Amino acid sequence: MSVRTVTRSIPDGVGTSSRRIDGTPKVEGRYAYGSDLWAERMLWGATLRSPHPHARLGSIDVSAASASPGVHAVLLARDVPGKNTYGLEFADQPVLAGDVVRYQGEPVALIAAEHPEQARRAAARIEVEYELLPVLSDMQDALLDDAPKVHDFGNVLRHIRIQQGDPAPAADVWVEGYYETGMQDQAALGPEGGLAIPAEDGGVDVYVATQWLHVDRQQIAPCLNLPEEMVRLHMAGVGGAFGSREDVNVQIHASMLALFTGRPVKMSYSREESFFGHVHRHPFRIWMCHGGTRDGRLVVVRARLLADGGAYTSSSSAVIVNACTFACGPYEVPNALIEGTAVYTNNPPCGAMRGFGAPQVCFAHESQMDRLAGALGIDPVELRLRNAMYPGANLPTGRPLHGAASVREVIERCRDIPLPVETPLESRERSLLPGGVGNVTRGEGIRRGVGFAVAYKNIGYSEGFDDSSEVEVSVTRGPEGAVVEIHTAGIDYGQGLHTIVAQIARTELGVSRVVVRQPDTLIGSAGSTSASRQTLMTGGAVHQACAAVRRTLFGRLQARHNTGLEPDPSLELVGGEVLREGVAIATIEELLDDPVVERLVHHHRRTTSLDENGQGDPHVEFAFAAERVVVEVDEELGLVRVVQVAATADVGKAINPQGVTGQVEGGTAQGLGLAILEELQVKDGVIRNPSFTDYLLPTFLDMPPVVTEIVEDPEPGVPMGVKGVGEHSTVVSTAAIVSALRDATGRDLNRVPVRPDDLIGIVPPIQNRGGWPPSPKVPGNEPIPRYVGLSRGQGELMDEDG
Amino acid sequence: MLFRANVNGTWREADIWAGVSLLSALRDDLGLPGSKNACEQGECGSCSVWLDGVLVCACLVLAMQASGREVRTVESLSVEDRLHPVQDAFVEAGAVQCGFCTPGLIVAVTDLLEQEPHPSEPAVREALSGNLCRCTGYAKILDAVRLAEERLESAG
Repeated sequence: MSVRTVTRSIPDGVGTSSRRIDGTPKVEGRYAYGSDLWAERMLWGATLRSPHPHARLGSIDVSAASASPGVHAVLLARDVPGKNTYGLEFADQPVLAGDVVRYQGEPVALIAAEHPEQARRAAARIEVEYELLPVLSDMQDALLDDAPKVHDFGNVLRHIRIQQGDPAPAADVWVEGYYETGMQDQAALGPEGGLAIPAEDGGVDVYVATQWLHVDRQQIAPCLNLPEEMVRLHMAGVGGAFGSREDVNVQIHASMLALFTGRPVKMSYSREESFFGHVHRHPFRIWMCHGGTRDGRLVVVRARLLADGGAYTSSSSAVIVNACTFACGPYEVPNALIEGTAVYTNNPPCGAMRGFGAPQVCFAHESQMDRLAGALGIDPVELRLRNAMYPGANLPTGRPLHGAASVREVIERCRDIPLPVETPLESRERSLLPGGVGNVTRGEGIRRGVGFAVAYKNIGYSEGFDDSSEVEVSVTRGPEGAVVEIHTAGIDYGQGLHTIVAQIARTELGVSRVVVRQPDTLIGSAGSTSASRQTLMTGGAVHQACAAVRRTLFGRLQARHNTGLEPDPSLELVGGEVLREGVAIATIEELLDDPVVERLVHHHRRTTSLDENGQGDPHVEFAFAAERVVVEVDEELGLVRVVQVAATADVGKAINPQGVTGQVEGGTAQGLGLAILEELQVKDGVIRNPSFTDYLLPTFLDMPPVVTEIVEDPEPGVPMGVKGVGEHSTVVSTAAIVSALRDATGRDLNRVPVRPDDLIGIVPPIQNRGGWPPSPKVPGNEPIPRYVGLSRGQGELMDEDG
Repeated sequence: MLFRANVNGTWREADIWAGVSLLSALRDDLGLPGSKNACEQGECGSCSVWLDGVLVCACLVLAMQASGREVRTVESLSVEDRLHPVQDAFVEAGAVQCGFCTPGLIVAVTDLLEQEPHPSEPAVREALSGNLCRCTGYAKILDAVRLAEERLESAG
């Protein structure tokens, strides 16, 4: 046995900006997304969707469609083999509408044909009789006694009340505001797509772009009337998600067509269908009142939130909890009364989108902090520092903040990032004016403004949910040395999960060759790739499984040398070699006569639901972020140029710093979209702009440089001290940009997205009619579908697994 | 109808519907799904290809308009196992997240740098403003352009 000192460490481990594991196939155009899949004898599926937001279905004549060239199947609600409803939290959404459609775009019929154009033309030949019903399109109207009912049990989806301390204490200064946010679309560039292949055993294999294979399967199987083990899910390449793929899209439809025709069926939405085929970010109306002391301490926050959940439940019941629990911002507030209601309307269903209820309330609470600073004559950054949350601070939900809280640090480091150098207007390229080359002035009306905002976001699922992650890590001896294989059902939709789990394995096992298997349901659930949770959960699972692998390898070494069975803490695994006190005593290959395979399930700490006063310990851990934004506004034209975003993001530990800054930059871009560009315009339940021509995404010309400082304040008690990075920059940036726009214009901008008309003042600030809405009568703070006995979704899945 | 075009240096044929776009012919009939179908109305640039050497959105070109002509797609850029410098720069700079916009951007950046080896930052932003990316916020795409520029120059 050779004995020598080893110093090298494995490249591309934790803390390095390792190249994406899927980077090469992606840049070559070889990476197979859901919409790229192909199989022999494949048919193309298409969906017929309701053009009306609320209607009773009459007769449906499919004869012309069935007789169309190339058509193999036309399926209606009566053809659903099993249960005709599905849903993330409650199974309330029809696979195909049977009697009533509740939103524009609700699926009514399915077609499979040889060619996609044949399928589309056949869909147009289906004749459906619709009896139009009154459309409920306003979220406040939903609470009126005489409102049309979207569901038999009414229009309230969930009502939350969080009360702490004295909701009406004395305060020196009060500020009150009303805020609105528009409906944002995730607009992932990859359209919904997948391929269902009927299997010989009567089951089906579904290859799909999704966020959580197991929750898909849980919803698909009962609708197909198949046991879960006969529904096998496989990850197809995912062209972005941002929450839009949490709900089922093509999965059940493609499977039905495949089982009916006995042939593989591919479905791939057009961009227009994509706007109808996934949920959106909830529009909110928010009333807020802050009371403070003269020296700038928050005394009380009162808030009333209303969220438009659209026609079905989706994840609205969790979004409203998130919005309520984050409504005060990352500040210590001794007294609070927060009430939030999610309602059903005949608008498009809303659900998960990056930030999950937090961006809307962040816009409101940060606007309030700016107002309070103005009322007190205190610098807005200083006011935030005086009230910043800290470890052990009292949360509005009544427990001391568990874990790390770097609020002061993210604020101070963001504040200290140098401001951008101002280029004089006369020497600027025209593209650097607000509005770019479209700005034909000499810049006379340009005003500069600086804004600041702070946010926090929960990591992982909340309210007692055990969103665990199972992984298998195996190490085998290959022809070129040891190879690690990681098997997880965790989806990488672009944020980099598969790259970072490989990095963790390299560092933990000292082996450079790491393969990540394509996720499928042959292993247990990894939970959803959402809620900024996969670094914590699947990263943590891999970290622990690697520790188990190490223990096994060291055990083999000790058995070989008869050095006892007690774990030897002086052993390390570095660069493919086992070291004792820095000296190599064996190679890993020598210990791999048999492969080492370790499979385990990683759980986060248990949380609790909220009691009737909204008190409890609902969230696992938090990540914090701040942004300072510099804007220029042309006050005559209403045009905006965002000059610079300075960002701090606390991620606990940056596994891949380049990936972290990429999340901050991309997340900021989506927040910028909500601040000044993006709104799905819905009138009377009808989407008026379902295209990239009319729904405006930030382009290269809209995005400023983002100067990011990564803060690493480790979370105690979790593997590697990680938090998450997916969402908090999105949560904070909308608020920070609008803060800067207010600073530049002096205007009271209380609705996002801010439009040119708002900036030049030709429309007054949005006023709400009727003031703070009354609380609806509800049996308790659980989702209403639970009281009426609708079957549950994710909860059942995790109860079984947990 | 018979579609026949020189695609990535090889004459290819397919029996296509008269109404399909060049994008659809490439993806669905010729087995070249590298050009992406994000909007299919010329807004996002993810289907960018060269038609007789000119950058176009393949979704806005009828397949039959391209018949008899030369089409070059993202699949033409890497040679055996070696990535084109623009492709390599995208991976190195972290300009790839979900990757759906990436093939179109790589074609657009390659085209830009072939025409203007050292574009100013506003020129880069303008040239790429027809390519939407929903993941990155564009910062690392700008980094990738700069990195590709250096590598193309040092490669002569």
